[in-house]
Amino acid sequence: MSDMKPMPETSPNSPERRRFISAATVAAGVTLVPGVMLIEVAHGRPEDQPASSAVRWGMLVDATKCAAGCDECVSACSTENGWTPVAESKHPKQAPQWIRKLELQDPLTQMETNLPMMCQHCAEPPCVDVCPTGASFKRADGIVLVNRHTCIGCRYCMMACPYKARSLVHEPLNDTQKPDVPRGIGCVEACTFCVQKVDRGDGTTACVEACTAAGHNALVFGDMNDPESEISRRLRELPTKQVRADLNLNLGVRYHGI
Amino acid sequence: MAGKIKRLLALGAVVLTTAALAWAGSDDQPKAGGAPKPVITKAAKGEQCVEPNDFMRRNHMKVLLHHRDETVLEGIRTKKYSLKECINCHASEKTGSVAASKDDFCVSCHSYAAVKIDCFDCHSTKPQGSMAMHPLNAETAHYAHKLAAQADRKISAEDMAGIAQ
Repeated sequence: MSDMKPMPETSPNSPERRRFISAATVAAGVTLVPGVMLIEVAHGRPEDQPASSAVRWGMLVDATKCAAGCDECVSACSTENGWTPVAESKHPKQAPQWIRKLELQDPLTQMETNLPMMCQHCAEPPCVDVCPTGASFKRADGIVLVNRHTCIGCRYCMMACPYKARSLVHEPLNDTQKPDVPRGIGCVEACTFCVQKVDRGDGTTACVEACTAAGHNALVFGDMNDPESEISRRLRELPTKQVRADLNLNLGVRYHGI
Repeated sequence: MAGKIKRLLALGAVVLTTAALAWAGSDDQPKAGGAPKPVITKAAKGEQCVEPNDFMRRNHMKVLLHHRDETVLEGIRTKKYSLKECINCHASEKTGSVAASKDDFCVSCHSYAAVKIDCFDCHSTKPQGSMAMHPLNAETAHYAHKLAAQADRKISAEDMAGIAQ
């Protein structure tokens, strides 16, 4: 996103270009044969269909709306996915943490920024590159996951992740897992974009629901490939950044106001 | 003299063996090579498994293995061979689990066959709370008639909202 390209007469955000894109999308989505669409709307994906690369799930974090001291997103994640909140853990230093709140301060101006940090669901994930067993993988719809059936708990991916997004489960969980979210000792885990909710067709994640319910509206989740989605619209309008954009990982989580 | 003692000893041995056999036979538990037979409880819900019993006894691990890779890697979440659905039906009515006590569905056979499973290191052994037991839950829709017969409480607006989600 920091790449500077020479601008032709139509800038990426010009109304002409936008009209052309939406017209092109409508044209691409026309029905070829009754019942067959070129671009399927993947939100209500039938349960026997695999995740499709026509979709790329992503999240927009508006740090200007993220409230200091609020951890609704973190507790919602912990409730949905069944991990023990760090404060309640017997070993806080090694407790799994799928999402965490960061409070940043500019040393010169003292300006404070609040934001949640979690797996950024890179298009080019370093954790997948380094995994010796192929357990760390990226699903077709851009969600980066750990296959616990093949994870050997070597933690190489934890070393490779620039965002410290992954944790290892150190303790036996003694059947406290949620039926929808299997997780266990000796496996690495991280934010899954609430894949169980996405597959159910909810089209949102627990943290986004909680943030919206708390009235902050700092998080937006959606399909970044669909130009009509809320997230694509907001990404077109707001200046956003990728954390460590210099690594060229093409992140699925974009931040505004950092 | 020595012959008499031998005969007495032999008689004693016969008596002892007969007594031991009679004692073992009086035990209620049928023994198969000494190990107690697995307790196979009928599933709490439903009449028939997704495949015939004989097929499932031999091949459940194969269908589960195939389904697990499709689900994890591709996000295919059909219910037919899903471990979650096994648990929904086969959880014991006593413990609410398939692997909490030694008579629970999965553990009972697996300890008899001495095959260690690690499914439940990660997977929950219990069905999904109130949703799984809900009379109108989509996941249990194929037992709707059975559950409807048992259900005698009214469905609240809250429940309906839960189903709509």
